[in-house]
Amino acid sequence: MQTIFASPKHGQELTQQKSDMKILVCISKTPDTTAKIAFTDNNTKFSGEGVQWIINPYDEWYSLVRAIELKEADPSTAIHLVTVGGSECEPIIRKALALGGDEAYRIQCEENDSYVVAMQIAAFAKAGSYDLIFTGKETIDYNGSSIGGMIAAELDYSFISHATKFDIENSNAIIIREIEGGEETTSTPFPIVVSCQKGMAEQRIPNMKGIMGARTKPLKTIDATPTEPLTSISTFDLPPAKAGVKLISPDQPEELIRLLKEEAKAI
Amino acid sequence: MNTLIYIELNEGKLKKAALEAASYGGDIAKKIGGTANAVVLGECTDDLSELGAYGITNVFHVKNQSTTSFDARSFSKMIAEVVKAQNANILVFSNTIIGKSLAPQLSVMLKAGLVTGAIDLPKTENGFIVKKSVFSGKAFSEVKILTDLKIISLNPNAYNITKGEGKANVSVIETAVPENKVKVTAVQKVTGEVSLSEADIVVSGGRGLKGPENWGLVTELAELLGAATACSRPVADVHWRPHHEHVGQTGFAIAPNLYIAIGISGAIQHLAGVNRSKVIVVINKDPEAPFFKAADYGIVGDAFEVVPKMIEAVKKIKQGA
Ligand SMILES: Cc1cc2nc3c(=O)[nH]c(=O)nc-3n(C[C@H](O)[C@H](O)[C@H](O)COP(=O)(O)OP(=O)(O)OC[C@H]3O[C@@H](n4cnc5c(N)ncnc54)[C@H](O)[C@@H]3O)c2cc1C
Ligand SMILES: Nc1ncnc2c1ncn2[C@@H]1O[C@H](COP(=O)(O)O)[C@@H](O)[C@H]1O
Repeated sequence: MQTIFASPKHGQELTQQKSDMKILVCISKTPDTTAKIAFTDNNTKFSGEGVQWIINPYDEWYSLVRAIELKEADPSTAIHLVTVGGSECEPIIRKALALGGDEAYRIQCEENDSYVVAMQIAAFAKAGSYDLIFTGKETIDYNGSSIGGMIAAELDYSFISHATKFDIENSNAIIIREIEGGEETTSTPFPIVVSCQKGMAEQRIPNMKGIMGARTKPLKTIDATPTEPLTSISTFDLPPAKAGVKLISPDQPEELIRLLKEEAKAI
Repeated sequence: MNTLIYIELNEGKLKKAALEAASYGGDIAKKIGGTANAVVLGECTDDLSELGAYGITNVFHVKNQSTTSFDARSFSKMIAEVVKAQNANILVFSNTIIGKSLAPQLSVMLKAGLVTGAIDLPKTENGFIVKKSVFSGKAFSEVKILTDLKIISLNPNAYNITKGEGKANVSVIETAVPENKVKVTAVQKVTGEVSLSEADIVVSGGRGLKGPENWGLVTELAELLGAATACSRPVADVHWRPHHEHVGQTGFAIAPNLYIAIGISGAIQHLAGVNRSKVIVVINKDPEAPFFKAADYGIVGDAFEVVPKMIEAVKKIKQGA
């Protein structure tokens, strides 16, 4: 990336713009939000049987769309997509390409440990010297909220999590992030890793042109960087079923309040 | 064995999640031996020696220029230094916004296995295994940490605060001062409301409430109960309520003691954010609403008739008490 100094016009301040920015968007697949959660192999693996895979909503709705908007505002921006996983991720990354992005990479690797996944992306990002790396706030299956922070630490980039707005001003990233009970506006120089959530952008639906175009966009497979996992999954299990609802007559809401106080001891 | 707990502050005060993490770390030390110590970054107006009552022996307090605003990269570097100096074997965070930005960085810096979203004490009979919530509360997973140094990030409202006696030794310590690259230029806090992630009780409204002008029902009940307010996604999408109240799969995941859902159908994506609540109450005029299947108590009725009566009933017991 270069910093371009626009020549000042009469009475105008010298403005600094960002151009040729390289953005890496991390795309993860997850089971559809309504998928039945079941396990196999002695409860050590998620049963993918009959499951519809989708792009993790935070990646699709927020980080990818915001990256596309940045490119729409400045066409010199390059957007690369990366996913870590097996060949079953390909339809997902193609769908992401139909929304936008210039090229995509799939790193062939098991995705059992967040550290291993993050080190794959970090090694890839290091080689590509990206200015900006977007991840989602979390994957809705593993709920790790880990990959973004791990990539940032490995690359020694700044890290901003739970971003709700992203803009560029005077070569700095202006990011609004969520904090306890509110929001905070921050200004940070690049390079930077940002984990994205609601607010960043409005969900888009791929159009025909995008879908057709995605077929010819490059999707390359690369080999994993050997990495020792730091954790391993022992088992999965499901929570016990609820005993069933106790219904109270709509004429007696005071009975509900009494039960909440005396039986459930919740108020 | 040394357990080190990162104690989170909010505006210079100890957070409830931090006391949960202290109790959790204290109990780990009781279970496997060694001491539980705390690390605190930034000025604190509460008396840190009070952490002794939650099982903490020593508090290491770092106060320097870089702790005055939050830059996750600098904070992680300072914490890593304390972990090394104290030879900690287990590092505990709260799985909050702050914890989620720090724990993964420490995992890489120290090459230590991390489990986020822990909901119980580790099992140590056969390796070091931590139970966490996955699939947005629809399942659990037990994860083994394979490294010597272990990092756990504890879900808020998942572990009871245990308060006993005792004072901790507080020492102010020096670390290298990394330069903060993240500059905070403005803060917008929603004041006067109970924070959603720490609330014991949450009152939540959905599309069944018809419009923002009817939200007085939700806020009045919440205020009487000392509860936080929340809403379903479509309600935030049409701006009846602010985005930070949106709970569910793509919003906040919460686990209060009591969740009261008014005029919410209980779609699977909504349940994903609230199914860890201990007691769920549903008010919905449709007896077929899926939420009743996930509820403990329910009233099939019109919210506009039922909720005002609930408000009266709460007022009565409050006067009686
Ligand atoms: C990928 C994905 C992610 C999603 N993430 C989320 C999420 O994070 N959070 C979320 O909430 N949703 C989420 N959704 C949307 C979800 O599927 C539902 O559409 C949404 O939760 C419905 O909101 P609601 O219950 O307020 O509205 P509705 O489904 O319209 O339900 C309104 C309810 O109010 C009842 N009602 C009407 N009038 C009254 C009255 N007078 N008194 C009492 N009851 C009344 C009705 O019987 C009905 O049950 C997601 C969807 C998808 C596809
Ligand atoms: N296998 C993967 N490949 C690419 N990106 C991923 C992968 N897993 C997670 N991510 C990214 O990291 C974010 C957080 O994931 P997690 O830490 O698993 O909750 C996701 O929203 C993605 O942007």
